Amino acid sequence: MLVRIAGIAASVIVVLWGAATLAFLAFRVIPGDPVSVMLGPQAQVSDAVKDGIRSELGLDRPPLEQYLSYLGQLLQGNLGESYQLRMPVTDVIGRQLGSTLQLTALALLIAVVLALAVALFARGRVSRGIAAGVELVVLSSPVFWIGILLLSVFAFGLGWFPVSGTRNPATIVLPAVTLALPVGALLGQVLRDGIETAERQPWATTVRARGAGQVRLTSHHTLRHGAAGALTLAAYLVGSLLGGAVLVETVFARPGIGRVTLAAITDRDLPVITGIILFSALAFVIVNLVVEMFYPLLDPRLRRVRQGRA
Amino acid sequence: MSTSVRPDAGSAPRIGRARPIVLWAALIVLAVVAAMALFPSLLATHDPLRTDVRAALEAPSAAHLFGTDQSGRDVYSRVVHGAGRSVGIGLLATGLALVVGLILGALSGIAPRAVDATVMRITDVLLAFPEFLVALVVVAVLGPGPTNVAIAVTIAAVPVYVRLARVQTRSLALAEHVEAARILGVSRARAFIRHVVPGVLGSLSVLATIGIGSSILAAAGLSFLGLGPIEPSPEWGLMLSGGRNVLGTAWWIAVFPGLAITLTVVSATIVGRTLRARAEGRAS
Amino acid sequence: MTALHVQNLSVEIGGTSLVDGVSFDVARGECLAIVGESGAGKSLTAAALLGLAPPAAHVTADEMSVDGADTRRLTDGGWRELRGSRIGLVSQDALSSLDPLRRIGAEIAEPLAIHTRLSRPARRARAVELLESVSMPDAERRSGQYPHELSGGLRQRALIASALAGEPAVLIADEPTTALDATVQVRVLALLRSIVDAGTAVVFISHDFAAVRRVADRVLVMRDGRVIEHGPVSDVLGAPQEEYTRELIAASEHRPREERPGLGTAVLTGVGVSKAFAGAPAVVEASFAVRQGRTLGVVGESGSGKTTLARMIVGVERPDTGDVRWTGEHRVQLVHQNPRGAFDARWTIERSLREALEAGGVPRAARAALVADLMAEVDLAPELAKRRPAQLSGGQRQRAAIARALAADPDVLVLDEPVSALDPSVREKVLQLLRRLQRERGLTMVFVSHDLGVVAAVCDDVLVMQDGVIVEQGAVTEVFADPQHPFTQELLAASA
Repeated sequence: MLVRIAGIAASVIVVLWGAATLAFLAFRVIPGDPVSVMLGPQAQVSDAVKDGIRSELGLDRPPLEQYLSYLGQLLQGNLGESYQLRMPVTDVIGRQLGSTLQLTALALLIAVVLALAVALFARGRVSRGIAAGVELVVLSSPVFWIGILLLSVFAFGLGWFPVSGTRNPATIVLPAVTLALPVGALLGQVLRDGIETAERQPWATTVRARGAGQVRLTSHHTLRHGAAGALTLAAYLVGSLLGGAVLVETVFARPGIGRVTLAAITDRDLPVITGIILFSALAFVIVNLVVEMFYPLLDPRLRRVRQGRA
Repeated sequence: MSTSVRPDAGSAPRIGRARPIVLWAALIVLAVVAAMALFPSLLATHDPLRTDVRAALEAPSAAHLFGTDQSGRDVYSRVVHGAGRSVGIGLLATGLALVVGLILGALSGIAPRAVDATVMRITDVLLAFPEFLVALVVVAVLGPGPTNVAIAVTIAAVPVYVRLARVQTRSLALAEHVEAARILGVSRARAFIRHVVPGVLGSLSVLATIGIGSSILAAAGLSFLGLGPIEPSPEWGLMLSGGRNVLGTAWWIAVFPGLAITLTVVSATIVGRTLRARAEGRAS
Repeated sequence: MTALHVQNLSVEIGGTSLVDGVSFDVARGECLAIVGESGAGKSLTAAALLGLAPPAAHVTADEMSVDGADTRRLTDGGWRELRGSRIGLVSQDALSSLDPLRRIGAEIAEPLAIHTRLSRPARRARAVELLESVSMPDAERRSGQYPHELSGGLRQRALIASALAGEPAVLIADEPTTALDATVQVRVLALLRSIVDAGTAVVFISHDFAAVRRVADRVLVMRDGRVIEHGPVSDVLGAPQEEYTRELIAASEHRPREERPGLGTAVLTGVGVSKAFAGAPAVVEASFAVRQGRTLGVVGESGSGKTTLARMIVGVERPDTGDVRWTGEHRVQLVHQNPRGAFDARWTIERSLREALEAGGVPRAARAALVADLMAEVDLAPELAKRRPAQLSGGQRQRAAIARALAADPDVLVLDEPVSALDPSVREKVLQLLRRLQRERGLTMVFVSHDLGVVAAVCDDVLVMQDGVIVEQGAVTEVFADPQHPFTQELLAASA
């Protein structure tokens, strides 16, 4: 058991280190002087000032020294300082994180409920066909277009929800639903596919031969199989939520990581970009960890056999 | 955002061929889009860049099929002219990614264990992220701009093909019929070229038709964020962004380009899935 | 008392009649076997008895009742009451017939959860009792395990226990022992017989006559959906009335080979050959000889190492220790266990044969004629060459695989379970083909099989393997008539 934990801890560290190194290298590799890029093509700044900025940011030291101090800072939880905002990156991200987390959490909840509902209630061939069709359309639509449609109809058109802002709780509804739809569609697809595959297995016939009805077959048997399949997508779904959040926040003019990311990219604020990349890597690692812990609980074939076979 | 399932060998649901009428509808849509991309001047009714402030924000009518935008430009013509750019980037990215992925994947499939394991590890990490997110990261590093968007979407598409090419190469290389050929005396190289490569190429092509949708969505998403082409380029994602600002008064500016994206991706996916179902049917 | 009564049962799918006019009765404490080749309609009949025929099927019967209850027009709800409590099912291969994500105890207790009001602890206790009644050792502990943690035989017992939990009057057993090793089969069949003797009516579906003899009282022979013959087991199997039944029985008991005395020179000698995969030994210290012009049989159950040994003879695997020594120049070819997998699915048979000829150095001009010759040699109609493997029947595919192996003009042919997946009637024809080929081409053959009847029919010499070790070897007639090693004795007893 201890060996297993040590192994997982090791791979976590490797992935994080890999992401950090990649981010570091990526920025050093791009042609162009970061200071000029940062200041923008319009800036009329003398070289002396540029040099001053460069040494201030530590960009004139040898690469290896930069790398090591960069790693050192990371270990202390210091992501550096934003070029544009002159604030620690951790603050820049931290202040907006809450809003995004709220949105993604609610969206995930709605998505899971939707997916389960469809998987459980779309029984016959017709309803399954319709569900598959709807899922296809939802997954083929840009999430920001879905948001625009919902805004059009429910905010501008029917006036049920406010158009923007974060004042009252109602403002989170449309964004959360928008974000939830593609994720829910994907989850529903995989869940349904898992359930349908499970229903075709020989053991499903055995269950029916015991007198079980469709309800029991699904709730006690096939749902578990479908969920196991869906769990493998957990990391991907989190990625979808994060990427979607960037787009949805833009559509609904909500504060959050999306705004920060976009500003950082357009302003070429490298420390912030690096910070966000690392944060995504961390999220990915955590999700994978959780999944790896949960998976053997769902599928006993993956557990280490302690007693051995007969 | 491209949440179409990463068309991954294994985790993607096996949805098969569509009913004939649906397939035909999809093919017609794709034909129309292709026509828009190749011969925009023939299908457009106006000059997409011509502004006419007096006719700004007009609702759809006989004169302007999809209405006009804030600068009085005809939305329909802009959608037509945008097809080439929006769909073209999807095709380009997919094509390049397929070639790169095939080479990398096939090489990894026959490489020594250690090399193969490393490559697959990296690919798996990349595959865990949706294409849009990967493309976003690449653009974050390279900076905004239409060329960078193209590069980003291509890089984001590569891992899927690497994985499939590698899995297929490995499994085919070890397959019984390849071993049978070797026992009969067929040389290793010949057996590889004759039995492994065609199979891999076939699967990858089918995957590509499904994958074009993801690339189109990823590119549109980046454009929507303003990281791609700039005004006054008629690009679908960019048009959506412009339309967002006047949504209350002129819904048509954002809705029609989005509809175009959706229809294109749906059709490509339907055709792709049918091809895959047919290919699998033949092999079994 | 009649537990199961069927009169004129018919099942139609898409206009084709797949089961036609089947009638039979099974009383309590009696076992009726239904035999026939694949496609005879046995499994479909079983499914109809449980109301589990596919949705597209149209099931009709003059009379059909289970334990007195009329089942002809039951709704789904009605069937659900009967299934598990009055009629149960035991299928083939418990590994896929039990939910892999649920514990054995839960699977066994399920009929109780559905049909009784027992509390959970009571259900759990009953499940353990049921396991004990099917002779499951260490029942309490096993009940908490998962299907993949049990061996094949124990799993099948658990499956049987789950079918008995509701104490049904009728039990349908659809090929319940086919996937098991011979020695394990015997034990599970004994268990089934004891269930019959305890008062359950059992319908035993199988294509294996030896198993039928062990467990059934009466037998029904089906062909193309109809009942061809029926009666007590001893009558039907001892003195069959119908020609088809005679063919079927004859096919399952192969004509033994004429004895060919003399040893002949050794073409290949294996000395102390061993091979392990990832630490687990597959073949251990095997020493044997393959003799010129004779057929060597390699028998053993699954996991005995026989396929690995065959592959080392062909040269695809290399032994870790020991030596495989050939005397002189020989061309060896392999006929795979699974001809479907051994052909490129996208290529026509003709193309595959041409490839084999090309690899053998035959000039392009001569290939077409040779392809025709090969097809004729294995009794395949020439137009079949234009088809793909998936478009051929099992027997035709196997012949094509043999033809391809012959294309390389081998003098030693290694065959890995070449007839195991074939129907009995087809099997005999392929074995005849192999005997003829050996005669005409002077082939030396190595024949891997788990089926002793087949080995007795084709082989001159035999190697018996168990857990990677050769426990006995010698001339077939000697070894089979007077087995020395206990394992050989057990194998022979199981297939008698």
